[in-house]
Amino acid sequence: MSKLNTLRLAEARDALRKGEVTSVELTEACLEAIDAADALNAFVHKTPEIALERARAADARIRAGDAPSMCGLPIGIKDLFCTRGVPSQAASRILDGFRPEYESTVSQQLADAGAVMLGKLNMDEFAMGSSNETSTYGNAVNPWRRGNDDAQLTPGGSSGGSASAVAADLCLAATGTDTGGSIRQPAAFTGITGIKPTYGRCSRWGIVAFASSLDQAGPMTRDVRDAAIMLQAMCGHDPKDSTSADLPVPDFEAMLTGDINGKVIGIPREYRMEGMPEEIEELWAKGTEMLKDAGAKIVDISLPHTKYALPAYYVIAPAEASSNLARYDGVRYGRRARLAQGDGITEMYEKTRAEGFGPEVQRRVMIGTYVLSAGFYDAYYNRARKVRTLIKKDFEDVFADGVDAILTPATPSAAFGLGKMTDADPVQMYLNDVFTVTVNLAGLPGIAVPAGLDKRGLPLGLQLIGRPWEEGDLLNTAYALEQAAGFVEKPVKWW
Amino acid sequence: MLDLTYETPKPKTIAGARHDWELVIGMEVHAQVASNAKLFSAASTEFGAEPNSNVSFVDAAMPGMLPVINEYCVEQAVRTGLGLKAEINLKSAFDRKNYFYPDLPQGYQISQLYHPIVGEGEVLVEMGDGTARLVRIERIHMEQDAGKSIHDMDPNMSFVDLNRTGVCLMEIVSRPDIRGPEEAAAYIVKLRQILRYLGTCDGNMQNGNLRADVNVSICRPGDYEKYQETQDFSHLGTRCEIKNMNSMRFIQAAIDHEARRQIAIVEGGGTVDQETRLYDPDKGETRSMRSKEEAHDYRYFPDPDLLPLEIDQDWVDDIQARLPELPDEKKARFIKDFGLTDYDASVLTAEVEAAAYFEAVAKGRDGKMAANWVINELFGRLKKEDHDITESPVSPAQLGGIIDLIAKGDISGKIAKDLFEIVYKEGGDPAEIVEARGMKQVTDTGAIEAAVDEIIAANPAQVEKAKQNPKLAGWFVGQVMKATGGKANPKAVNEIVSARLGL
Repeated sequence: MSKLNTLRLAEARDALRKGEVTSVELTEACLEAIDAADALNAFVHKTPEIALERARAADARIRAGDAPSMCGLPIGIKDLFCTRGVPSQAASRILDGFRPEYESTVSQQLADAGAVMLGKLNMDEFAMGSSNETSTYGNAVNPWRRGNDDAQLTPGGSSGGSASAVAADLCLAATGTDTGGSIRQPAAFTGITGIKPTYGRCSRWGIVAFASSLDQAGPMTRDVRDAAIMLQAMCGHDPKDSTSADLPVPDFEAMLTGDINGKVIGIPREYRMEGMPEEIEELWAKGTEMLKDAGAKIVDISLPHTKYALPAYYVIAPAEASSNLARYDGVRYGRRARLAQGDGITEMYEKTRAEGFGPEVQRRVMIGTYVLSAGFYDAYYNRARKVRTLIKKDFEDVFADGVDAILTPATPSAAFGLGKMTDADPVQMYLNDVFTVTVNLAGLPGIAVPAGLDKRGLPLGLQLIGRPWEEGDLLNTAYALEQAAGFVEKPVKWW
Repeated sequence: MLDLTYETPKPKTIAGARHDWELVIGMEVHAQVASNAKLFSAASTEFGAEPNSNVSFVDAAMPGMLPVINEYCVEQAVRTGLGLKAEINLKSAFDRKNYFYPDLPQGYQISQLYHPIVGEGEVLVEMGDGTARLVRIERIHMEQDAGKSIHDMDPNMSFVDLNRTGVCLMEIVSRPDIRGPEEAAAYIVKLRQILRYLGTCDGNMQNGNLRADVNVSICRPGDYEKYQETQDFSHLGTRCEIKNMNSMRFIQAAIDHEARRQIAIVEGGGTVDQETRLYDPDKGETRSMRSKEEAHDYRYFPDPDLLPLEIDQDWVDDIQARLPELPDEKKARFIKDFGLTDYDASVLTAEVEAAAYFEAVAKGRDGKMAANWVINELFGRLKKEDHDITESPVSPAQLGGIIDLIAKGDISGKIAKDLFEIVYKEGGDPAEIVEARGMKQVTDTGAIEAAVDEIIAANPAQVEKAKQNPKLAGWFVGQVMKATGGKANPKAVNEIVSARLGL
């Protein structure tokens, strides 16, 4: 058997049930890998005691023949998820020392399914960023490098720690969250699979909010089957989240037949961006061919409002964030600035938020405050909401025309160098989300699947977008693409 | 349905140095929904609990917490809307009102700016002098209450109590149809009465469960009519809002002071600034809290954590069908069915419990007599001991029993009062008490005749005087009553005395 920490969820699950391995062995292998990977800065709070305790409990359940779907499988949890008694600070200084007394619904469901939490994973502060560089812990690092070039690359963001950890075999899988591409972009940058389910599939309760109408949790895994297994455990109706959908959850894994004969795949012409690297174009064409060869019908489609998606997203998301982040005021929990003699409540707010939030979070809070202000509300926020409705309708129209899924590149480039974008215009960074934000705005499921390497040996991903609530069908199409692409490369260990 | 007809009252006029001014008043009443749990959390709403003991993770705005609407609160808002004859919006939505304050943990209040649950309604405000004002309701929306900041516990620190945070309020917004301080107070009284009938708010102003923001402006006589005709606010003066008052007396005093302040400004050649003011009851004046320029930009936007609130017409119809009889209807019915005066009917319907008590007493009896006994004897007696009707030691059956004894002629009105006192203090069945204590009125004419004859025989001089001056017959009646221990039927005594004296 290969090294335990490199197993897929499905492999480890089967081995556990056959008694070939124990959860404690799996967990120890991961903990060892984590301890040897500090250079990746993926795990920011390690929880070995909790992990081993849960692993032992999982082994007991397996022995008793009472093993739920993810029993004994070691995973990492993004720092955005509140985990009882364990630091949960959304990679922000303002939540220094915050240990919630509650467990997010998603992480609780994973625990109930028997999963073993290894620790908390790095991310961009409040999930705002595409490179992991806004984290108060310092950025996570991509385990992939450009050939022999030892320049450090970004694992993407905001779920960069999750992506890095899964790609570097520190855990079997990890949770992520995706507001504008935060699961799919890092998955593509690190050669793993990441799915953002339909808005409302996973409960948002206990996940630190960035932009409530866009945030969704999802799994980040080594392959599509693992994504199906883990998504199954994460999603479902939660009465504590009013936006969570009261719909049955199908058996996603059972839907992975690989048969996509007759499925209609749309290729949206508006996603062919000017200045897009040739390699991305080629990958997209290759992916189209693969799906065609697998029996799918390929159609050109138009999503005419695509070009307005990014600006609309960067109005709506900051608007919601400016309000969602108002609670970090130093009054009840987290960081409170040291005050000077005579300082009042206003100074307390200003100093606490000035030192507690990093520059990107401050920028978005200010943008959000601005677009909601009297006199600007209609010009920005309301207009962005109208654009959002039109984008949603673009998708509804093509689905109504019989399209089953839409194939696009996941990102406009491969992973870029850390520090390369920090001095650039923030809009350059925002462009990373150009293929992914439409999916959040429309509330649709989207999955990134690794499909090849670029010339310098970095992974590239393709994105499939599905009909609302049809994650099972989407996963099956992704499974067919995965089979055809046969992506098996792993980063060369340097850390 | 309603056959109560009223004249419209005259607006309050205040004489300025140059000419007369009228008042225009609109009110925003915050009524705490009578619910055990908060609007978006399961925390208790109990008053007077230890600070910060009724606080859930949602109320404290812990990271990742989400609001979930309390259906019971929604039902109470709908009931209130129906009670104010208002239109119910089957689709409403929640918005965030953003501002920073330590007693507002989320940094925003969840309210309903754009799509309130209740639309236009009305309240008939009787002034007690045969006039009544029909005040239009613009809207009712649901929102979260804030917590409480405490600044006087420590010289260097402020404290926050979040028990109240997230409690459901209904904000009942009137049109500027109220025309004087007395009308404003009467409007609150009527609104409170309706809310208490509905059971949607306990109306406890002392605890802050019912409080009002009052918008006051002044105008020249005639201008208000122009506004009413056109609904164009430019006919009215600039308004000032006096915040957060929870006393009928202060509301009236504040309005009066504020109107006079505005008159002085305008007559002095100045202009009234639109601003928010606070009333200081110690000084009896209002002072500026924040000007229009300092007003917060609340950056309202739809709350993305909550889906639009959609309710079914069937559900609304069901609530409508279960509405209790409301004050106006009850009052009209009391006047019609029991022959009460407008005044007595108003007194008896002021509180729903009192109305129910009266109805139980009046059932099958003389309504006017029942009203007299409930209002004059019972209410008077209860008031003496600072009790309300729910604490009455005399049940409707007992009071009815007393009235029955009077009606049958078993006891006189005077004895009845003694009997009432006994029942009030000791309890018991009135008929049995009368029997056991020999309080029954003597109607046996033989016995009365004997007593009369005895008095006449013993007082020949008085007899002579009475024959000269028939008014003195009353002296004999008194003597007979005294001799019979008050139990003789006064009517019978009168007749016999007159006959024997040959008057």
